Amino acid sequence: MEQKAYHLIIIGGGPAGLSAAVAAYDAGERSILILERDTRLGGILNQCIHNGFGLHTFQEELTGPEYAQRFIDQVKDRNIDYKLDTMVLSISKGEGNAKQVVAVNEADGLMQLTADALVLAMGCRERSRGALNIPGFRPAGIFSAGTAQRLVNIEGYLPGRRVVILGSGDIGLIMARRMTLEGAKVLVCAELMPYSGGLKRNIVQCLDDFDIPLKLSHTVVRIEGKERVEAVVIAEVGPDRKPIKGTEERYECDTLLLSVGLLPENELTIGLEADMSRVTNGPLVNESLETSIPGVFAAGNVLHVHDLVDYVSEEAHLAGESAAAYIASLEAGNGPVPHAGVLITFSGGVRYTVPATADVSRIEKWLKIRYRVGDVMTNRVVSLYLNGNRVLTKKRRVMAPGEMEELVLLKKQVEEYPVVESMEIRIEEDKA
Amino acid sequence: MKTVNLTCIGCPLGCQLEVMMEGEKILMVTGNTCQRGEAYARKEVTDPTRIMTSSVRVYGSVAGERMVPVKTASDIPKGKTMEVAASLRGVSVPCPVNIGDVVIRNVAGTGVDMIATKNVL
Repeated sequence: MEQKAYHLIIIGGGPAGLSAAVAAYDAGERSILILERDTRLGGILNQCIHNGFGLHTFQEELTGPEYAQRFIDQVKDRNIDYKLDTMVLSISKGEGNAKQVVAVNEADGLMQLTADALVLAMGCRERSRGALNIPGFRPAGIFSAGTAQRLVNIEGYLPGRRVVILGSGDIGLIMARRMTLEGAKVLVCAELMPYSGGLKRNIVQCLDDFDIPLKLSHTVVRIEGKERVEAVVIAEVGPDRKPIKGTEERYECDTLLLSVGLLPENELTIGLEADMSRVTNGPLVNESLETSIPGVFAAGNVLHVHDLVDYVSEEAHLAGESAAAYIASLEAGNGPVPHAGVLITFSGGVRYTVPATADVSRIEKWLKIRYRVGDVMTNRVVSLYLNGNRVLTKKRRVMAPGEMEELVLLKKQVEEYPVVESMEIRIEEDKA
Repeated sequence: MKTVNLTCIGCPLGCQLEVMMEGEKILMVTGNTCQRGEAYARKEVTDPTRIMTSSVRVYGSVAGERMVPVKTASDIPKGKTMEVAASLRGVSVPCPVNIGDVVIRNVAGTGVDMIATKNVL
């Protein structure tokens, strides 16, 4: 079995993995390996051929493949090693501070790799029909929106001609437009919640532009057809999200696309026994994006699902830098830096924060705290309290579950607090 | 006089805009909470444009790719979107293709080129 040691192994060659690799390299690390299971670098961006990427990172509007290429070029310019078609089977703690990675591909066979640090950048996958418990047969014609996206954009197949979409996540909205452009008829997009899970501009440019109705507070109650989907019945749901009898509408169609949420892909992380968040399904991390296992960092959709790839790149940049710093600390003989962070607590509608804990003494310039809210809220003030003192406030006219929020705590704002015993984010009504 | 209803895409607020028009002339924009909303509404009712993206077939790819993603090199009138989409069907381009290569010149008579957005070997 091939055995090799690296300082840093990055699992996943999508936007998070690429950005982490570049950041680690630029921080001085040279022994880096990226492991990617697909045949190409770039991850999901390869099939996201629509534009709107890169406004934050590059100040221009790029398509997914163009955005990916910018980072692929940076990786290649630096001669960073990567292996494609390579599946990581397990990660585990080795001797001392070492981490073991078992991976396999056709060329090398089974490999046992060792690293001082890992960056987890495995991304996420889609919730499937099975996760929704829609009753009925299992005919052909039911796809996750991302599968349909891959079929249309990469494989060159149109998976159906008359389409119903369940869920208003961004991929579903994007595919409503994409299938329409390829000649399919998209009949309706049904969303269980009373608000859309997707970005506003996708509702306008993918549904409204093509007169595709969005039915909020609606869900699929029946799929007809045994061999192939023949019709889909949707019904309105009440405040309890249960279907209301008598509101059923039947749509004759051959395809049902599901865009009902994304789940971070953390089988490897769980195998490593890292502490996990029950809200995000990603690992719990500190201000350096380090998991509960020292030297193992996480970024991108494996950590929590993002709306914008620009934020993934930024987050992964920090993970890459943190990994390089961890390795440098080991090299200097200092060993892992003990961590003395506090749990970031929250109230008023925050569902989670990333990071989950923070050691403010380790903030170099600023600490960016990303979070999501659980419901649509208007006219709120978001505040950050250190030891019960309000150090930061931000007014928000509107917040929605579909749009990630952030707070930026500057180093100078924490300097008055040499000892931080509590850190809390509160959302309060704006009475002003 | 007619009223056009729009959802502003300037920010997550998603203001419901009403544009009152007399023929081609905009009389008033209401429902916006900032200047960006009014600017968006004026552009959207007089000259709505979009970048259009799609993918077309390739042949001779040594990497085994079947498609290359493409986009309009600049905005096209929104009303031309379906026409541009239809004109891409049946198109097949030889590999290699590089980002920025013109795949179709003056697509659907818009005066705008369709360019590749991925390197396909």
